Amino acid sequence: MSSSGLKYPGGEPQAGGQRPPLLALDHLSLRIHDTPILHDVTLGLAAGEILALTGESGSGKSMTAFATMGLLPKGARPQGRIALHGTDLLSETEAQMSARRGRDIGMVFQEPMTALNPFHRIGDQVAETIRIHQKTSRGEANRQAAETLARTGLDPAKIPPSRYPHELSGGQRQRVVIAMAIALKPKLLIADEPTTALDVTTQAQILDLLHGLVRSDGMAMLLITHDLAVVAQHADRIAVMKTGRIVETGPTAQVLAERKHPYTRALLEASAHQPHLTPKAPGAPLLVAKDVVRSYPGRRAGLKRGAPARAVDGVSLTVASGERVGLVGESGCGKSTLTRAILGLEPVQGGSITLGGQPVGSKGTRRQMQAVFQDPYGSFNPRHRVGKLVSEPFHLTGVAPETAIAEALAEVGLAPEDAQRHIHAFSGGQRQRIAIARALIIRPELVIFDEAVSALDVRVRARILDLIAELTNRHGLASLFISHDLGVVRGITDRVMVMRAGKIVEQGPTASVFDNPQHWYTKLLLDAAPKLPPLSGGGDTDAGWPHAR
Amino acid sequence: MMGYLARRLVSLALSLVVASAVIFLVVEVAPGDPASFMLGMNAQSDTVAALRSELGLDLPPVQRYLAWIGGMMTGDFGVSYTYRAPVAQMVAERVQVSLPLALLALGLAVVIALPAGIVAATHRGKAADLGVVGATQLGVAIPNFWFAMLLVLLFALKLRWFSAGGFPGWSDPVMALKSLTLPAVALALPQAAILARVLRSSLIDILSEDFMRTARAKGLSRRQTLWRHGLRAALIPVLTILGLQFSFLLAGAIIIEQVFFLPGLGRLIFQAITQRDLIVVESVTMLLVFAVIAVNFLTDLAYVAADPRLRR
Repeated sequence: MSSSGLKYPGGEPQAGGQRPPLLALDHLSLRIHDTPILHDVTLGLAAGEILALTGESGSGKSMTAFATMGLLPKGARPQGRIALHGTDLLSETEAQMSARRGRDIGMVFQEPMTALNPFHRIGDQVAETIRIHQKTSRGEANRQAAETLARTGLDPAKIPPSRYPHELSGGQRQRVVIAMAIALKPKLLIADEPTTALDVTTQAQILDLLHGLVRSDGMAMLLITHDLAVVAQHADRIAVMKTGRIVETGPTAQVLAERKHPYTRALLEASAHQPHLTPKAPGAPLLVAKDVVRSYPGRRAGLKRGAPARAVDGVSLTVASGERVGLVGESGCGKSTLTRAILGLEPVQGGSITLGGQPVGSKGTRRQMQAVFQDPYGSFNPRHRVGKLVSEPFHLTGVAPETAIAEALAEVGLAPEDAQRHIHAFSGGQRQRIAIARALIIRPELVIFDEAVSALDVRVRARILDLIAELTNRHGLASLFISHDLGVVRGITDRVMVMRAGKIVEQGPTASVFDNPQHWYTKLLLDAAPKLPPLSGGGDTDAGWPHAR
Repeated sequence: MMGYLARRLVSLALSLVVASAVIFLVVEVAPGDPASFMLGMNAQSDTVAALRSELGLDLPPVQRYLAWIGGMMTGDFGVSYTYRAPVAQMVAERVQVSLPLALLALGLAVVIALPAGIVAATHRGKAADLGVVGATQLGVAIPNFWFAMLLVLLFALKLRWFSAGGFPGWSDPVMALKSLTLPAVALALPQAAILARVLRSSLIDILSEDFMRTARAKGLSRRQTLWRHGLRAALIPVLTILGLQFSFLLAGAIIIEQVFFLPGLGRLIFQAITQRDLIVVESVTMLLVFAVIAVNFLTDLAYVAADPRLRR
């Protein structure tokens, strides 16, 4: 794949005010039941322009999109004006809006895995968009659908329109969703976090595809994303949202360079934030994996089985005591399986994994090794109080003194009184702090962070990374940090391993792997990762790792 | 796909072998000797022995099992100990009542449940939904024999639209259908209630799926989204329940058959048990097992037809 250069236009943005705007949101406010969601949102989008709407989760980005589509949830009461070519969409009837959706406005969603109907062929799903709005024969609609699918990069020889969604990968499914949205060449395309659920290399391809389609068809695109690096590469203009308000808007390059509003500044700094790691000499080997193989029985074909599939294929790795190691790779590369094997949760078919000389899974190793997982919502029993949740690992050693709980909570920045509260009272970031407190309370020697910050907003993520760095510094903890996010791994590890198709293809000191990658796959990953422009003037000088490019 | 079919057929055959062995064993160990039962309390022991030999009851069990299985393969279900009539012929007469009754009840249940479930799911939390949920609760709770008696009181005794019981045979199809209508309604009501509840909850799940929102974003109206994208997915759990219900209705209608005095399979098997007519019990049970397994097989095929993800 070609590395797409920085695409934000330097100083010559297509200003929304010079041409009559295609889409104009005028003092749009929204309440759902009695909860205010949007306040006075005013935005303009000119034909052919890409406007990025960015902000943290809950800021109202998606609701702005759904209001424009007329697909608000029940109990929603919008006020103000949403004008498309001067027509107020809010005053249109449901039937009029149905006629516009798919024809005048197309939409691409975040979750390609669930956005397609699993029961219909992909060609039929694209053809449906055409047949709803145009009086064409089935054959003609199918022909147009096949053409559109090919335009989105699905090679008809490999992925014909007769395929079903479950036969496609996430990136391929997102191409089908895009084909459905652009089949009738709408004037406005709304893309709601279109690549958030995708791997970094796929993300780059999908963004390039969207960008190209928008430019060649003269569509305008409202690109909703939390990722400022994506914004930097693809948007002409940017609007920053915070708690239902637009706080700053302007040409992308200008907004990112000037960072006038403190919130924009905070977001940018948090995106590029690198925690402070004290350099340490690694000690004796702690976690040792040798030639680990985890294979699954092959798929059944009739009464026979195919060859077994190797999710982890002869992996050897060492984490020394006090060492902070990263493991990066895309979905399906085997890193989750390997993690589960290291935690003793998955049987292995070959090789050995030991912690301090003992095979993992035995009681002794469980005490020495703790884990923090991605989902801060799913990994706690909602019926227990935080004190009990945090002291859970003590069933391995027997005692759970009150002081230890208070200390563990204090260490992650929470108050001792929080032990009496239930988990639902805490935000995502606080829950991840509680998860870290739970992992550290019995003073393990190794903590495994499995996508531990992936679900968090940038500002929260920056603070949690600082906390992790500080705690590993203070306690001399060894850590294994598993992530698909290269930027995060760069800041929090001494050494990094790159995994692909069940094998570790490259490893070495983090800085040298990132600055001078040797394996083609590492280069591909680094190329594909969206990049923030270097921050200039004040603020954090050690920011935006790829600025050497 | 062919592999899947082959595996399913093998498991179907295995289930039948296991089921036949279990049925044979259970009937064998059940107390009561058919010969002494047929001859009464005061029979001479040598008369009983002669009858046992005539019925083939003195042969070793393995030989009798193989003879039974072999017979059934060729359509020979044996001869009833009590009536001295071929079991196949007795079953055929009863199936003429039970099968149409089961199909009629199932059809009625579907006709009632589909609109009820759809209306409830699309009007969730509103009056229509609460009405359907309340009615289905009643439908599940009311014993069907009691409901059957109410039907008889109203439609047979008071309005005189239908007969109160009995079956005139298929020589007059209109009369035959009329006599099956009230029992079918009585059987269908609880089944419809269950189906409507299953459909409602599965449709509520489907309505919140991402692909339903995608369909709306293409420009489909709510109603079109429901019909083109929602129903097919929501019907899959309904299909499972339908398969189970059919098997139940075929043989489990015994109480309703009693209330309406219908000569169905349920009554046949009940009489055979009380008269120690073991060959009838064995053969009818085996037939029912076959019907259940066959219906489950068809349900599985319907799944595959409905859901492309299962076609591997």
